[in-house]
Amino acid sequence: METKTRFNWLKFASPKTFYPLAGKLIPWCSLGAALMILYGLYLGLLAAPTDFQQGEGYRIIFVHVPAAWFSMFLYLLMAMYAGLGLVLNARLSYMMATAIAPTGAMFTFVALVTGSLWGKPMWGAWWVWDARLTSELILLFLYIGYFSLQAAIDDKSRADKASAVLALVGAINVPIIYFSVKWWNTLHQGASVSLTQAPAMAAIMLKGMLIMAIGFWLYSIAVILIRIRCEILERDSKASIFRQGL
Amino acid sequence: MSENIFEAKADIDLGTFSVLYRILARDIRVALRRQSDVTSVFFFFIIAASLFPLGSGSDPKLLNAMAPSVLWVTALLSCMLSLSRMFASDYIDGTLEQIMLSNQPIVLIVLMKVLSHWALSGLPLVFVAPLIGLQFNLSGAQLQILALSLLMGTLALSLIGSIGAALTLGIRGTGVLIAILVLPLYIPILVFGAGAVNAVSIGMNPSGALSLLGAVLAMALLFAPLASAAALKIALE
Repeated sequence: METKTRFNWLKFASPKTFYPLAGKLIPWCSLGAALMILYGLYLGLLAAPTDFQQGEGYRIIFVHVPAAWFSMFLYLLMAMYAGLGLVLNARLSYMMATAIAPTGAMFTFVALVTGSLWGKPMWGAWWVWDARLTSELILLFLYIGYFSLQAAIDDKSRADKASAVLALVGAINVPIIYFSVKWWNTLHQGASVSLTQAPAMAAIMLKGMLIMAIGFWLYSIAVILIRIRCEILERDSKASIFRQGL
Repeated sequence: MSENIFEAKADIDLGTFSVLYRILARDIRVALRRQSDVTSVFFFFIIAASLFPLGSGSDPKLLNAMAPSVLWVTALLSCMLSLSRMFASDYIDGTLEQIMLSNQPIVLIVLMKVLSHWALSGLPLVFVAPLIGLQFNLSGAQLQILALSLLMGTLALSLIGSIGAALTLGIRGTGVLIAILVLPLYIPILVFGAGAVNAVSIGMNPSGALSLLGAVLAMALLFAPLASAAALKIALE
């Protein structure tokens, strides 16, 4: 049993077998993502009650909070695949890390934009140097560094490895940056508005957010799989043609 | 010169230390023979820091409030500007490849490179920053903490910067790329370093911020040479 599962995993670690598997998964994940996001939006925008203090404006959290979760989760996932690539020297892991990065950066950007849209009615300013917003901004910088390094190196194999090292260094730094920013924030701002002091959440709000998170998750998987298929085609097209020719 | 450095390995321990010492001494000697590289960073710091009062006006209270962030950000940029030189000249003339081929631990060799970079670009700032601080109306206690925080912080800057320098080795447009890679990683050092001076300004004890800065330095000492060594191996593959 044990050997069988391990055999299966290793089988799909090869781009050649992973490519058709990804192709089969994409429609299901896309469909699931669409359904979940629609249901989550219904819960968030229509079913959830109006907030006593924040009025209708709070409804943006149904996009903002899951996007913020995924911006961080995807960075760690990217770093994990990058580390896996360095340890096992598996090309598919590098491709996975490369494919995850744009989606992670997109969620970071969405979290920043929705955060600032939310901040305008709540705090009266488009941007507040709140610890969370600031660390989210720095996370976006880390993603930008990852892209820039990968784009600057022409040799694919070196680009993979170098950006993998950068992703790992960034992942070690993420908690340090978060706590330093938090500490900086408490030193400089006595009376900042904290999101953690929000009143206890109604069950339906939590449900809406979780449904949205599942939707974002499926969306991420679908988009990452599409991107990894492109990556495999781009890198291996010559190789597979060569094999078929033999 | 290079033959006798790397072939003396009869006694491994002695060999390692003598090789490391020679790498450090060689880097510093080479840099001192091209002094313009070292002095330009130094003068950049002085000139850039002097621009801020020209932009903001000369209100002593405002200058005092700005000084920690201005001096720290300027120090951070000065250290960053010289990062690309940490390995580049040795990479171009092939010395780096020879050094990497030696039987000595690459992590320690990287550490020596970092130390020589720090001695030539970070350490001078520690001495000149208090003078610039006087122009910003900083008090004696603030100046002391500024120098102390820069002493620890610039070493951490060189350590973390070495990762960026190694990753971008031999790539076109390195200067701007290093900035994008390294500046986000510098944020904790900036926060704790400038935070220590700010703490003095508002009458708090700076030891908390300094301890955290020391913790960042300790972590950087442990991890940065490892990451840089890995990045160098990738660059030289």
